[in-house]
Parts: sequence; C-alpha cells; structure tokens
Amino acid sequence: MGVITTKDLHKVYSETKVPVNALNGISLSIEEAEFTAIVGPSGSGKTTLLNMLGGLDAPTSGEVYINGTNITGLPSRRLIDFRLHNIGFVFQSFNLIPVLTARENVEFILQLQGVGKTERQQRAVELLEAVGLPDKIDNRPGDLSGGQQQRVSVARALASKPRFILADEPTANLDSKSTAELLDIMMKMNEQYKTTFIFSTHDQRVMDRARRIITIEDGKVAKDETK
Amino acid sequence: MVILAVTLGLFGILFMIAISNGMVEQKIDASIHNEISHIQIHLPEFMQDQSLAFSMDSVKQMEDEISSIPGVRAVSSRIKALAMASTAATGAGVIINAIDPEKEKAVTKIYQFITEGDYFETTGRSAPILVSKKLSTKLKAKIGSKIVITIQHASGELAYGLFRVSGIYKTSNAIYDEPNIFVKKDDLISLTGYEQGKASEIAILLDNVDQTDPVTDNLRAKFPSLSVLPWKELEPILLALSSMMDQMSYFLLIIILVAMAFGIINTMMMAVLERTREIGMLMAVGMNKRKVFLMIMLETVFLAMVGTFFGIVISAVTIHFTGMNGLNFAAWAEGYEAFGYSALVYPSLYLDFYIGMTVLVIITAIISSIYPARKALRFNPAAAIREDA
Repeated sequence: MGVITTKDLHKVYSETKVPVNALNGISLSIEEAEFTAIVGPSGSGKTTLLNMLGGLDAPTSGEVYINGTNITGLPSRRLIDFRLHNIGFVFQSFNLIPVLTARENVEFILQLQGVGKTERQQRAVELLEAVGLPDKIDNRPGDLSGGQQQRVSVARALASKPRFILADEPTANLDSKSTAELLDIMMKMNEQYKTTFIFSTHDQRVMDRARRIITIEDGKVAKDETK
Repeated sequence: MVILAVTLGLFGILFMIAISNGMVEQKIDASIHNEISHIQIHLPEFMQDQSLAFSMDSVKQMEDEISSIPGVRAVSSRIKALAMASTAATGAGVIINAIDPEKEKAVTKIYQFITEGDYFETTGRSAPILVSKKLSTKLKAKIGSKIVITIQHASGELAYGLFRVSGIYKTSNAIYDEPNIFVKKDDLISLTGYEQGKASEIAILLDNVDQTDPVTDNLRAKFPSLSVLPWKELEPILLALSSMMDQMSYFLLIIILVAMAFGIINTMMMAVLERTREIGMLMAVGMNKRKVFLMIMLETVFLAMVGTFFGIVISAVTIHFTGMNGLNFAAWAEGYEAFGYSALVYPSLYLDFYIGMTVLVIITAIISSIYPARKALRFNPAAAIREDA
C-alpha cells in the first residue's frame, strides 16, 4: 500500500436538482516522494479528488487510506488532527494570514501541533531559508510578491513534516519566473525531505516537471503515466 | 465597529446612571441638610398630631447630652406647629418652625437660600418671619410685608401674631418650601404662651451619613420613651426613590446591553463571513473546532475590552468634569423643583459600578460571540477555501 491509496471512490453532489457525479470510481495509489500532477479539464473531478485525498470532504462511497489509515470513517475531531500531522496544503490563493509575518505564518502550524516556542521559531526560519526567503522572515504577506507568498505557503505546508503535500493550482496566480522558482523549490523539498507532492493543475509548466501525470475525465482516471 | 458599539453603549449607560445617581444623592443630601437633618427626636404623639401640646421637657440638657455623642456635629431644637398665615390678599396653611437662628445655622442650610432680605438680621418693632418664595407669591407678600399668624394658644384659644417678612428663601424643593415658615423661638413663645425650655423637635446633624444607624441606636437607648427617627424613617420616600432609580437604571442597563449584544453579533458575523477563506484554511490545515470557536470568542472579548477601556475613560472624564461643575437643566428648572429636585445636577458614580459594568460587558461579548463562532464552525473547509475574497 502506498502513502495514499484510494479504493473505488465515488462522489455524488445532490444539492442541485440534477445530481452531479463528480467522481465515478477512482482507485489509485501514490507512493512516497512522488511528484505527481492530477490534470483534466474543468469539471473533471480533480478538485473533488484532491478534497478526498486531503480529508476535506467525504466520498459518497469508497475509501481513502493514508499511511494505512482509513480516513474515510474517521470522526471529525480525529480527522482534523490527522490532517494537522500528516497533510500539508498549498492553496491557489496562498491563504496566508495577513496580520502575521512570514515566520509567524509558518510557526502557526507548529503552534497548533504544540511545538515549543524556541523549536518552532528555529524550524520556521530554517524552512523560510530553504524556500529562499531568508530576508523576508519578518515581512507580512502584504509586503511580499505572489511568488514569495506562495513560497511561504510551501514552507508552512512543510512545517508539520507531512507525509504529503496537496497543492491545488499553486501556480495559477503566478508569472512564469515565479512559477519556475516555485517549482524548483518544491522539487528540492521533494528530494530533500522525500515529501510526496500532489498537484491539481492546468499548468503545462507543472506537468512538464511532474514525474507522474494522472489524467481525470468525467470523474474517472483516463490516463496514468509515469515518466 | 465592535469597539465603537461598546464604547458608545458603555458611555451612554454610565453617564445616564451617573446623572440619576447624582440626582438621588443630591435629593437625599438636600433633604438632610436643608430639611430633616440626619436624626430627629420627638414625643411619640407628635408624629400623629403636630400640636404644641406634644413637647419635650428639659431640652437644653438633652441638647448638651446629644452633642457629646461621637459622630454628632450639631444639634438644634425647634418648636413646630401648624398655623394659618394671612395677608390682606389671602391666607394659607403653614408649618411654623420656631428656631434659635444661630443654632439652626449649624444644622440646616436654609440661611444659604435667602434670595431677598436677610436671615433674622433685621430688627424692628414686628417679629421677623422667613417665608419661601412660593408662599410669598401666594400671599402676595414681599420684604417688609405684614403677615398675620393664627395659631392655637397654650390655653386652647386662638392667638394672632403680627410678623413682618424679613427674608424670602428658595430651596430646590418646591414641595418643602411652600408650607414651611421660620420665626424666632422667643417670638412664638410670647405669642402662644409656650413654656420656655421645651421643644417639639430636636434635629441632629452628624459628621457622616454612615453614622446614622449607630447614633440612632445610641439615642434610642438614652431616650427610650421618645421617638428617635433617622432620615430613612422620616422620609422613607427617599429610600424608595433611590431604589426606584436603581431599578430604572438596571432596566436601562439591560436594554443597552441587549442593543450592544446585537451590535457585536452583527459586526462579528460580518467579520466571520469576510474571513470565510481564512477560517476555511485554518480548519483545513488542522485547527480543531474548539480552537476556531475560542479564536472568535477571544477576538470578540478583546475588541469588547478595548471598547470598554475607551468607554470607561470617556465616561470617567465626563462624569468627573460634570460632577465638579454640574449639569444645568435650567430650562426645566420649574419641573424639577416641583418634584423636589435641583435643576443643577452633579453626576456621580462609584468605582464598583465601573467594575461591575466591565464584567457585564465581557459577559455580553462572550454570549454575543457564540452565534458567529457557531456559524464559522459550520463552514465546509473545502468550499470555504475557494470562496471569493
């Protein structure tokens, strides 16, 4: 069993008059240190799949295993705690806390985990240096460019030493240069920490860097290519 | 907005209560210092029938004994009776207070309220009389006018005495002013054949109102056959007034706290909805529901405390300033005085009220934060993250 394994995932949204089958039986396995892109047209189910993998949404049927733990049936409180210790997130709109500095945004995750002040400050600085922002530690998100904010977001995602990081369209709001810098850093983190990176993306630049591309169409895996 | 709501709400309620407190305190203070003093002593029968027949003996000795009690500042005895006051124009029922002017000055402040004439300083052929402005208007009397007092003589017959208005006074209590007139003791004694050394009433002023109860107990033990009445029993309406004002204040307080609560709920709901993405992110990365709930609650409480600080500072400064200089409601003076209140109000508020209000505001903030916090907990993190900014 890989870091992440899904078994026959189905998701039906019944809020609308006509139910929407977002996922139609997805079974896949993603191993440690993979650099995987999930691609597909809009409405194909990429985001829904990512939400399932991250435990942010529950499938209508099927199971999701992370490190051997079936997260599908976990009660809410345990699921939140599981996410905190096992999953990192990088969002399209960065989602940094605007009133905190870069360091405080990274420290925040460690604070949730109950890490002591000295250790979390040290780790936050290390991670920000690792993502190439040693001189932006005390800057607030408003003082950073889009690319820099996303790098802080990556540092935050890595702070909890997760088994994998889910990145939903991380380059959508970045220019070419920032995208290239971000991907370099992510690949470096992937090699250095053996952290699995899973992207949901339309960006060809991301697809070019990914070592595995899973194509979703109509809620199913249409193609699964490893380079 | 939360800070503003709390600041304004707190200022509003504290200032209103300070005004109402000030009015009640002034009313009590005025009653004690202008009218009834802290304690009065009479024969028990006198309270039912204010007749000259119900007088106390050996008053001088009693005054000396009372003066030696710790806490007693001044003592004055009076002869008091119901009478009729007439001028050429008309007549009116009055309460005669026959006093020793100098001793009376130590116990009441009537001498400070003289608006025309003087306080028994003018001498002449006719006995001087001090009347209120209200009575003088009713009787169409002015300084120098003659007033005939009709009163029961010691023999049981009616006696008629001619007095000349030497002074006109006006306190803030029109209800007290109208019937009360003042003459010298000797003048009333010679008119009525009243015995020297007797008095209807002994009025006692204390150093401090807090000493009323212990001194009353002391006097009751010394003079068990007499009626010793503290101001609370002489004018129970004063206490009732204070209690009524307190109840009104609490009622207003509840209204303002409820309004404040709605203001806080509205503002915090907006804050929560504006931060949907941020809250969704926090829940996604692993902030548990208890922490999300606490975060919103603590934010609300901190904002309320900042508002409380500003509200208290503004209130304290305003109350202190107006407490020193007074708030003049001169435009409504007649109305105020008709109910026995001064139109110049000195707001006052004690420290424990500020502390109490702070606690109540914090409780209100905590309760108000529950709904927005619960709203935040119902966010679906996946959907919240993708909400438009």
